[in-house]
Amino acid sequence: MSAILAFRNVWVEYGDKIVLEKVDLGVEEGAFVSIVGPSGAGKSTFLRLVLGQEAPTRGTVELDGAPLRPEPGRDRGVVFQRYSVFPHLSALDNVLFGLDCAGSMALGRLSGARRREAKAKAAAMLEQVGLGAALDVFPAQLSGGMQQRLAIAQALILHPRILLLDEPFGALDPGVRLDMHALISGLWREHGLTILMVTHDIKEAFKLGTRVLALDKHRHDPQAPHRYGARVVHDFPLDRKAPMAIPPELAAAD
Amino acid sequence: MRRLLNVRPTGGWRFGLGLIPLLAVALIYVIASSAWHAANPTEKVLPTVGAMAAEIKVMAIDTDPQTGAIPLWQDTGASLRRMGIGLGIATATTLVLGLMIGVLPLARAAIGPLVSAVAVIPPIAVLPVLFITLGLGETAKIALIVLGVTPFMVRDLAGHVAAIPEEQIVKAQTLGASTWQIALRVALPQALPRLFESLRLSLGPAWVFLISAEAIASDVGLGYRIFLVRRYLAMDIILPYVAWIALLAVGFDLILVALNRRLFPWAHPARGR
Repeated sequence: MSAILAFRNVWVEYGDKIVLEKVDLGVEEGAFVSIVGPSGAGKSTFLRLVLGQEAPTRGTVELDGAPLRPEPGRDRGVVFQRYSVFPHLSALDNVLFGLDCAGSMALGRLSGARRREAKAKAAAMLEQVGLGAALDVFPAQLSGGMQQRLAIAQALILHPRILLLDEPFGALDPGVRLDMHALISGLWREHGLTILMVTHDIKEAFKLGTRVLALDKHRHDPQAPHRYGARVVHDFPLDRKAPMAIPPELAAAD
Repeated sequence: MRRLLNVRPTGGWRFGLGLIPLLAVALIYVIASSAWHAANPTEKVLPTVGAMAAEIKVMAIDTDPQTGAIPLWQDTGASLRRMGIGLGIATATTLVLGLMIGVLPLARAAIGPLVSAVAVIPPIAVLPVLFITLGLGETAKIALIVLGVTPFMVRDLAGHVAAIPEEQIVKAQTLGASTWQIALRVALPQALPRLFESLRLSLGPAWVFLISAEAIASDVGLGYRIFLVRRYLAMDIILPYVAWIALLAVGFDLILVALNRRLFPWAHPARGR
């Protein structure tokens, strides 16, 4: 399989503080990559790079072989832990948003037959994530888990090349989190998605991922801790059919 | 025994509690004015209710033989027209500038300092400039209202738009939205409830500017009338006019609150837990 996303000798520095150093990485199409690591080890920076919210100081990030523009785009969908849905739009309109923007440059809103068609698509998408009964509800009236379902549906409607999940289930109750695990696994398989998920929960990382990346500083200088950035210190390919026990070097951090 | 801060008046109680001080003030006034008049029948500072009622008839019901109009309605019409045009211009300007400054860092850098500079100028201090440059007509009065409330409204709206979580803006971009589409479909709808709120808060200052402008140079208007009859110590006209202005202000306030709730239900989730 070919690499859909590639990091080539990527460094991120803020002034003399090094956040990421020498990250070399290829992500294959169809992979479910979990990214773990202690706080401050560059997980968010890693995600911001892929999202295009910032550009590497050195090196390149490539999507399908072409360097990424330092700007978010519709080839990369995202679900954040919070605030990823629009509070002023109903569930259906939230999912329609991507189709609206693609279909009408001037108004950002489809009309007539094309809107009806898009609505049917969006409703089907909401049905798939289990929100078929909540089309006309505003996000504030949805529970945390339902809001995340909505955010996923909203991202998937445009068939992004990569789906980025930034601690998507971190704020949810344990029971709801299990439902969400089942949902995202199902969607991943059905849609043949490529997923990058940042998480604090190491069990979740190993349960869902086909590959787990651990980011951490490879060296710690007590005099100048900021001069060493994080890199990929562990890279575990997993076989989904034979679940792997959490390796002891990570279990300690859990 | 419950703590005092946990005692919450509900329903009729809440309404009744609010009514008591209002009625008390009215009662004290009636008693004071009649007592005063018993001692000195020509007294003008605390007119009796009867005297005010007679003047209300003259001002609000009878036609003025000189102008052929009913003074109160003529004044109210002129003032509300100035207010409406002024606030309309202020609101439209706010929507455009506030959205631009809130959404575009470029516009924030370019226009932000200008808005801040205009905002620190006391509007009344510029009133002579307005009268000199725009003449004594309607334009100067409307310009004072616009100048007085717009900078506050623009800064308030820009701040609110800039505070839309970055996650939403990034999400919109991953859904393919352009700058224009984000302004139109993400920022604008979320700005509108706040715009209503900031318009509501600007009503008070707008009245101040309107009445100041009318007091200084005008031939019709609520502020003009109050300052005109002040020369004759006509408290029996001034007090009903002030009450009428207060009533208008409360009315607009209620209308804006109701419109805000009706138009933007998503911004007002069910109250009370």
